[in-house]
Amino acid sequence: MQRIGVFVCHCGSNIAATVDVSKVAEMALMEPGVVHAEDYQYMCSEAGQAKIADAIHEKKLTGIVVCSCSPRMHEATFRKAAERAGLNPYMVEIANIREHCSWIHKDMEEATKKAVILMRAAVAKVNLNTPLQPGESRVTKRALIIGGGIAGIQTALDIADAGYEVDIVEKTPSIGGRMSQLDKTFPTLDCSACILTPKMVEASAHEKIKIYTYSEVENVSGFVGDFTVDIRKKARSVDMDKCTGCGVCQEKCPSKKAPSEFNRGLNNRSAIYTPFAQAIPNVPVIDREACIKFKTGKCGICSKVCQAGAIDYEQKDEIITEKYGAIVVATGFDTINLDKYDEYAYSQSKDVITSLELERVMNAAGPTHGHLERLSDGKAPKEMVFIQCVGSRCSDDRGKPYCSKICCMYTAKHAMLIRDKYPDVNVTVFYIDVRTPGKNFDEFYRRAVEQYGVNYIKGQVGKVIPQPNGKLLVQGSDLLDNRQILKEADMVVLATAIEPNPDVRKIATMLTASIDTNNFLTEAHAKLRPVESPTAGIFLSGVCQGPKDIPETVAQAGAAAVKAIGLLAKDKLMTNPCTAHSDELLCNGCSTCENVCPYGAITYEDKEVNDHGIREVRRLAVVNSALCQGCGACTVACPSGAMDLQGFSNRQIIAEVDAICR
Amino acid sequence: MQELINRAKEMLDDGTVARVLGWKAGDLPYNPEPAYFEDAESLKDFVYNGFCGANLSKYMIEASKLEGKTLVFLKPCDTYSFNQLIKEHRVDREKAYIIGVGCKGKLDIEKIRAQGIKGIESIEGAEITDDADTLKVQTIYGEKSCAYADAMLERCHVCKGKEHKIYDEQIGESKETKDGERFDEVARIEAMAPAEKFAFFQKELSKCIRCNACRNVCPACSCRKCVFDSNKFDSAQKANVDSFEEKMFHIIRAFHVAGRCTDCGECSRVCPQGIPLHLFNRKFIKDIDELYGEYQAGDDTESKAPLTNYTFEDAEPSIVGKRG
Repeated sequence: MQRIGVFVCHCGSNIAATVDVSKVAEMALMEPGVVHAEDYQYMCSEAGQAKIADAIHEKKLTGIVVCSCSPRMHEATFRKAAERAGLNPYMVEIANIREHCSWIHKDMEEATKKAVILMRAAVAKVNLNTPLQPGESRVTKRALIIGGGIAGIQTALDIADAGYEVDIVEKTPSIGGRMSQLDKTFPTLDCSACILTPKMVEASAHEKIKIYTYSEVENVSGFVGDFTVDIRKKARSVDMDKCTGCGVCQEKCPSKKAPSEFNRGLNNRSAIYTPFAQAIPNVPVIDREACIKFKTGKCGICSKVCQAGAIDYEQKDEIITEKYGAIVVATGFDTINLDKYDEYAYSQSKDVITSLELERVMNAAGPTHGHLERLSDGKAPKEMVFIQCVGSRCSDDRGKPYCSKICCMYTAKHAMLIRDKYPDVNVTVFYIDVRTPGKNFDEFYRRAVEQYGVNYIKGQVGKVIPQPNGKLLVQGSDLLDNRQILKEADMVVLATAIEPNPDVRKIATMLTASIDTNNFLTEAHAKLRPVESPTAGIFLSGVCQGPKDIPETVAQAGAAAVKAIGLLAKDKLMTNPCTAHSDELLCNGCSTCENVCPYGAITYEDKEVNDHGIREVRRLAVVNSALCQGCGACTVACPSGAMDLQGFSNRQIIAEVDAICR
Repeated sequence: MQELINRAKEMLDDGTVARVLGWKAGDLPYNPEPAYFEDAESLKDFVYNGFCGANLSKYMIEASKLEGKTLVFLKPCDTYSFNQLIKEHRVDREKAYIIGVGCKGKLDIEKIRAQGIKGIESIEGAEITDDADTLKVQTIYGEKSCAYADAMLERCHVCKGKEHKIYDEQIGESKETKDGERFDEVARIEAMAPAEKFAFFQKELSKCIRCNACRNVCPACSCRKCVFDSNKFDSAQKANVDSFEEKMFHIIRAFHVAGRCTDCGECSRVCPQGIPLHLFNRKFIKDIDELYGEYQAGDDTESKAPLTNYTFEDAEPSIVGKRG
């Protein structure tokens, strides 16, 4: 029989204001095995921990239940305290009476009742706890960065500078990401390429950084410190070692009708292409969907004109398998699809464009060579209307509930740049709120209004109607003047909401990293662990975690790098002793557990067993406890109940449920 | 039937197989039972007729441990179970010589009795070679007749098909017997209000006498030790204290075989209380089909089962909330 001590925390008034903590302690004494119960203002404080240690010594406790906050907060604290007092740390259980109880209930009587039930469940579990010993696992001193935008590049540079190997996997033919598509950056208006390309060059030249472009993560197995990742290097059809990047193939390629991804489909590119002039690596890829040689078997011009003999039509996808200690997700964002926002006539008029498309229009390397012109007829616009919050802060399911955060600033930037370069163009911005928190941000916005005369109207646009004369009739409202506005515009720019790159769902699944309802990767703690995923060894960098601008992205990229370095600097990690094992006399050898194990920790062996006198060779499941991460998938899948998890045994779970249902 | 006996004799004589797993005549004309035949002499009791509903696949678990090969006769629907057992490493394919036997639908004595036919002495028309659409039943009250189709087991009305999914050779023709939709009854129950549904299952399951026939016959219930027999779990004791204990047993059993049940229908066939136990399993199969795409357990020995396999196209857990 265990000798259990129950410690009920007030958490100041966080718990005590809603839960009658002394009642919980009093009720605890009536539970089987409980020989000591007390409540205290802050159990996590030194004085609180001392109370636990004293009770362990005085009452010879064998198990501890702390009724307090989430185990995510202080389980480690209390386990360490118990360990210092001579108890096995796995004899400590937390009953979460804060997040699961006091914070979500108002009625004291009800909340106290629930807290007592949660305490009972934890006591029932501790009654069946056994001391557990953690093992050790090694750390592979190499990091993987998924995504080669500014977030991924910065994280890679910071980790590599600390002396660790880093691999970047980038889906497109070049690193650079969204930032490479931008023309100027707020609030300083420096040229995006001018500040990004040095970083791209630095990453590609860094001896510790290996870059896999035109590549995707195909499979991830393993766990913190010891991930095994399959990377698919898609067939580039160009030999990266031979290509000199002269560009002749692209000039001579007769197939020039593929929409340019880099220019957001506003113009076309050749079938063999590098996405942009400063691309790294400066080696083109053949788009096999667009290539005449691949479609018809005839052509082969690029191969003929290539002096280096680098064209290789036979090249195949290659799978590279590599080990990593840490993985950083930096998959970035895209703008949302505007199909559900047809009132803005985006699909009807070429002169209604997104802000990211305007970046390309304004850029010297863009489809109009940097001239501001209407994409329908090439005429210079005189009236431009910007519409803010297209799909952001949306209360229905057409758009996103969140603020995309960057639009207010880039719209002010666009408006300012246009007014500066084309003073004869009138610029009107429809907005809900102008949000400019950030260093020098509000000053920047005020310059747009005060110095450059941009016309800001508080109100939303209801409809954009293409007119027979080629103009766009914008119907909006001015909430401050309380009047309807009808305005003819030559171009309309939509500040389109951003969303996480759609591939992130697949990647999150492979990494078993959680994502929220908007597909942003979830942090381990919203405030205190913002760059770590709840999955150990997975770190978050950039917009994959939430909307942010370039300075914030770079800062977060550095933070993610530090966290990864902190992990890579360790030689060994303590492993979780809560691993699975199978009962040889119950195991059917059916392979169900092997099928569901995400870590490949289960194998089978033929073994002779003596089952109450029956000797026979049976096919039995064997768990490799170094690989097992204790997820418990096998224990619920096992039809015969042979699989069980240390620290979370079937019996313990049922005992908890029984205690709750009592 | 004679063809099967001849072939079995041949294989026993030439030593290809050490024994034959088939059906032998029971004490009544309608209750043949599974049996091993180890020599030509014993094959005189061998029968194969419309009442040989028993699925012999599960017996191959034990037969796989015996010396030598076993000749086993499997009907088309039985082969699904055999495949599933191969997939779960419970039977040894190398230890089995499978003769796929033809089937023209298996008979349910309860359906015949339900037509008021009692005191049965003999039945004509149940032979596998008979083309008769009608059964002639001699009773102590005189000769009665009933349509073959009206006497068939429920599972034959929703037959999965005439194809043997695994075999070494085939003997005999099968007949198309399907004249109903497999999920119609499940859909009818799904449409019930929760209280009505509960009442339906309480009424049915309350008939249960916990004889364990369903569990013993089920090819998916092949655990070395059932959780209800093990003192390692509290399931059995829990089931006993419940005011309607059978629900624990049957619902847990349905969960344990979910995704592995081939819908062979043996549970309902052997239930002495006539509980339509297959409905639980079929509800799971219907849900799996709807959520993950059509899947037939035992269709092959290799494919990954939807409940123990993850694909990116899998339904999100929130679907459960939406479906209720």
